[in-house]
Amino acid sequence: MSQEVSGRSDWPKPKVPLVVVLRNQFGRAFEWICLASTWVGMVVLVVLLASVIWKSWGWLSWDFLSHFDSFRPQRAGILAGIWGSLWLILLTTLISVPVGVGAALYLEEYAKGTWLTRLIQINLSNLAGVPSIVYGILGLTVFVRMFGLFGNNTVVDANPFSVTGRIPLPFGSTIISGALTLSLLALPVVIVATQEALRAVPSSLRHASYALGATKWQTIRHQVLPAAMPGISTGVILAMSRAVGETAPLVMIGIPTYLAATPGDISNVKDLVTNPQALIDVPFSMFTALPMLIYNWVRQPREDYRSLAAAGIVVLLVFLMVLNSVAIYIRQRFQKQIRW
Amino acid sequence: MLSILTTVGIIAVLVTETYSFFQMAAVEIAKRDAAEVAQVSAVARSKTTEARSNGKDAPGDLPEEGEAVAKPVVEAAVPQPSMRRAFLEFATGTEWAPQFAEKHFGILPLLCGTLLVAGIASLIGIPIGLASAMYLSEYATPRTRSIVKPILEVLAGIPTVVYGYFALVFITPYLLRPIFSSLLGFEVDVYNAASAGVTVGIMIIPTISSMSEDVLRAVPRGLREAAYGLGSTKFDVSVRVVLPAALSGIFASFLLAVSRAIGETMAVTIAAGQNPQLTLNPFLAIESMTAYIVNVSMGDTPAGSVEYTSIYAVAMTLFLITLATNILSQVVLRRFREVYQ
Repeated sequence: MSQEVSGRSDWPKPKVPLVVVLRNQFGRAFEWICLASTWVGMVVLVVLLASVIWKSWGWLSWDFLSHFDSFRPQRAGILAGIWGSLWLILLTTLISVPVGVGAALYLEEYAKGTWLTRLIQINLSNLAGVPSIVYGILGLTVFVRMFGLFGNNTVVDANPFSVTGRIPLPFGSTIISGALTLSLLALPVVIVATQEALRAVPSSLRHASYALGATKWQTIRHQVLPAAMPGISTGVILAMSRAVGETAPLVMIGIPTYLAATPGDISNVKDLVTNPQALIDVPFSMFTALPMLIYNWVRQPREDYRSLAAAGIVVLLVFLMVLNSVAIYIRQRFQKQIRW
Repeated sequence: MLSILTTVGIIAVLVTETYSFFQMAAVEIAKRDAAEVAQVSAVARSKTTEARSNGKDAPGDLPEEGEAVAKPVVEAAVPQPSMRRAFLEFATGTEWAPQFAEKHFGILPLLCGTLLVAGIASLIGIPIGLASAMYLSEYATPRTRSIVKPILEVLAGIPTVVYGYFALVFITPYLLRPIFSSLLGFEVDVYNAASAGVTVGIMIIPTISSMSEDVLRAVPRGLREAAYGLGSTKFDVSVRVVLPAALSGIFASFLLAVSRAIGETMAVTIAAGQNPQLTLNPFLAIESMTAYIVNVSMGDTPAGSVEYTSIYAVAMTLFLITLATNILSQVVLRRFREVYQ
């Protein structure tokens, strides 16, 4: 009341209605809530990393990296898992990249907007949402057992190590089965990422190329693909790093959790040089993978195995981080070079 | 270039293959059912084929409700295997025990476990994901965003086994036990649905927040300016103007996240246990559809047995559910999108 009377000599403090005050407070509270929930993700990440590292402390050593799994936790290692995962991811990349990039090129550059391409497009986004375990079942039926067409109906292929130049026809739980299954899983991701990268290439580039008399293939080969390369490789690497961590499909195709051998008996780089013959064996040999070992250890009730699992997780995460930082590096580097 | 056709082929193979196996499973179910009925009516004892010894470490109490399950009185000693009845049991049976000698094929316990986990996950993931999307698109400075988004991407890139480990080793003993067991006096199992749910909820946060943020940021600036011009506060603008404008996309992201939560495998397998039961208590061990599939394939089941074919039936159910959710999300995105220009 007194403020209103005090007149014009000094400006009255504007009286803010209570509703407005409350509303502002409410708005601020809302902002804080939003901020807090943004932090939840980061806190979880930190806690997760901290708990894993804390648990694995003292278990992560050179012995751990260079030994096979053992029934005694103190002597267990992940050598088989590391090599298995490396070969697996190499083969998956070799399979899924040409097919994925080819498919994306077709969809973006060649295909006309018919109902078929629309259907494929919808299908692709649906495929990306299919749970990985369903892919695992598909891989089990198609690659591991080959519909049971070839008779051999046992789960574990009898003698997969001595394959030299011979291809066992139901692939069994070998690297090639795993790689094919993971390729199916990664394909939708690769295709969509490539499509987006191709779409980002400005059409003026294509038109300029055509104007200079280039054919469609020349344009794609020399202009569009190089321009889209950073996008494509980033997408591919991200898809592959997703595939490395996949466990469910590997469980489904029935790879062993315990295995004291590396694919093709290649257990260090030197073997690769001295015994190139083994390379042929690699795709058709039994294998185990890093996430598989981790899963197996997590299932064990003993505390020591938990530590082992934690140590395995640290290795896996480091591996993933290397992959991801390569992706980020490529993105940064090429973004600076290319400018239109 | 024909590769895209293989992609179509993949889905065709997937559907037909799982479907044919589902049929096979149904026939198997009928056969086992028949044997079971024969056993109950105690006419043809010798007909009870291959009481399979179960290699699983499932809890010891054998299902005793065998007689309680409503069974139509069968006139013949050897009843005909009927697909329809098998399917009916599959769809409505409340007991899931294909691994025991006395087999029951009701998918409801598995479905219940899956939905329980997915429900808890959405309770955790959706509010947090949405709120952080709001923060990132409406409040955060570009610099904050450039820090937070990569971190969320890292969170999305962590393998699911790691989340499973996290649920088992951290969330249950250090988060759930102190709060619910010590403070509130619930009985919390080592394996429980809640820890799986919480973990999956954390896993779907990045999905929701990055998708929703894209949609929120796509809302044109003019809409916000107009709202400010009418004297709205920032809260009013974000919640009453921007949020409704982006609702279709946000809803689609929810659905996508829920479908991810349903299909999530490793974390749930590790954290939720393997005890199929029809319960809504999140602190008990349950078994989800994905976990069942993994557990069967981890044990050595011969190809062609009922257990083996049953995973196809379960996978088919899983596939149908996630497919339906995904398609629904696309339809929502297309149908209810508000077009600005």
